Amino acid sequence: MLEYDFMRTAFLAAFLVAVVCGPVGWFLVLRGQTFASHALSHVGFAGATGALLLGFSPLTGLSAGALGAGVLMGLAGDRVAGRDVMIGLVLSVAMGAGALFLHFLTHSASAATALLFGDILGISSSMLGWLAALSGGCLLALGIMARPLLFASLQPELAEAKGVHIAVLDVLFLALVAIATAECAQITGVLLVFTLMVAPAATILRLGLPPLVGLFGAAGLAVMEAWGGLMLSWQTDYPTSFWISVLGGAGFLLAAPVASWVSQRVEAKRLSNAS
Amino acid sequence: MGSAHGDAGSAGVWARTVSVPALDLSHVTLARGGRIVLNDVSFSVPKGSFVGVLGANGAGKTTLFRGLLGLEPARQGVLCVNGAPVKRGNSTVGYMPQMRKLIGGQLSGWSMVAAARRGQHWGLPWCGRKGREAVQAALEAVDALDLARKPVAALSGGQRQRLLLAQTLLDDPTLLLLDEPLASLDPARMRETAVRIHTLARFRNMTVLMSAHDINPLLGLMDHVLYLARGKALLGKVEDVLTTEALTALYGAPVDVVRAGGRVFVVAEGGGAILQPHDCLGGHAHA
Repeated sequence: MLEYDFMRTAFLAAFLVAVVCGPVGWFLVLRGQTFASHALSHVGFAGATGALLLGFSPLTGLSAGALGAGVLMGLAGDRVAGRDVMIGLVLSVAMGAGALFLHFLTHSASAATALLFGDILGISSSMLGWLAALSGGCLLALGIMARPLLFASLQPELAEAKGVHIAVLDVLFLALVAIATAECAQITGVLLVFTLMVAPAATILRLGLPPLVGLFGAAGLAVMEAWGGLMLSWQTDYPTSFWISVLGGAGFLLAAPVASWVSQRVEAKRLSNAS
Repeated sequence: MGSAHGDAGSAGVWARTVSVPALDLSHVTLARGGRIVLNDVSFSVPKGSFVGVLGANGAGKTTLFRGLLGLEPARQGVLCVNGAPVKRGNSTVGYMPQMRKLIGGQLSGWSMVAAARRGQHWGLPWCGRKGREAVQAALEAVDALDLARKPVAALSGGQRQRLLLAQTLLDDPTLLLLDEPLASLDPARMRETAVRIHTLARFRNMTVLMSAHDINPLLGLMDHVLYLARGKALLGKVEDVLTTEALTALYGAPVDVVRAGGRVFVVAEGGGAILQPHDCLGGHAHA
């Protein structure tokens, strides 16, 4: 399958996207903000369809829409009462606007499917360049802020006392989530961002690994699930996003028994060493 | 480390060894959310003192701590820690916030404590050998090395408190601010925890401010009481502050201090306890 150009592009794109989604998702799950990435992808949908209408690339619109919403969400913080209702409202208005924009597009059906469920085989080489740049930027930013972000996520009051600027980190992190979401939507579509963003990360977190190992592990697992989805899609001709979602769900279910088996082994070894 | 003071163990030792007070507040006014919580408060705490900070909900215990951490700028007056004005991120001040909703319970206790080790620096969450040694030492100090292996979500409230206490020790602080460390513990654990903190503070020669709803788990451990009410503060020895006269003057309303069965109750005239002695029924049985 790798003799085809579009497949090589697809594998490369899947790698670039998954390697960011894994660690960003790890923080999302840790912080209990997974709903935010879901909402951001929906706002991105309106941005993408709007961009198509105006003659820009959907990735530009998706990124801009999600980034704007992410920064606003970060600025609002936890202070807004009834935050879930507000996010839900913004989300549905965004989807409604997306529906309207699609209505004006002549080739709406194929564009809608690609946006909603992903179109990894349709990624062009110029888009690949964009994905590489966005992923590089995201990983660099995450590498710089991972430590204070971890501290601030686990112990906000203590981190604040030690000099971490919580509000700034909140906004930066949601901006990062927005970019990762926009990238992810290229592969899984806006409706299935959860499968690559949250599933591998949640699986890894179930294993109880130390943070740094968990971050790299989440990146690795996300890449494996994305590539696995591509390969299964090649074999079966089912959509890639379907297979990625199946792998993500299966991995999450398997993680609990694996984790308990590993911890039992470790405990047994410790006891036998001690005696 | 001043182990000589620790060995002596008597409450009077610090008084002769100090020059600069651990805490010094002069005419401090602190506000939170636009409401003045402490108004023109002055007191100073000598080094090595174990202070119980008491007062009803909203009396300003947390706000005072936030002020001492440099998180809540004073409207008026100066707050000094070890002779220098407070500043945010002061590594000589250890802080244990009130227990809150657990985040990241999937991580092990070790990871949780390690995240606080120089967690304010940029970069990847990597401890290094020195960092691991510091975490190890802090966990040993609170006897929590075994606990640290488990996921935090699997620990009880008291066990989590021990990890949080370990976290405050990472930077070798000289002043500990503990916000309600006994809240959410069952009565038997309250006294045990208070004694653990007291022993640790004596051994490391730390000054401790520990807020509490109820004074009883701290009886016999405190060198001083800091009582907050109606925007004012009263600092002194337990027997001087916890009297009907002193608290009536502080509240500006008749308040009775009742001693019964080795416990102390602060009761308003209209009925109802001001502090919450039910938090600690039987707390003294373990003394």
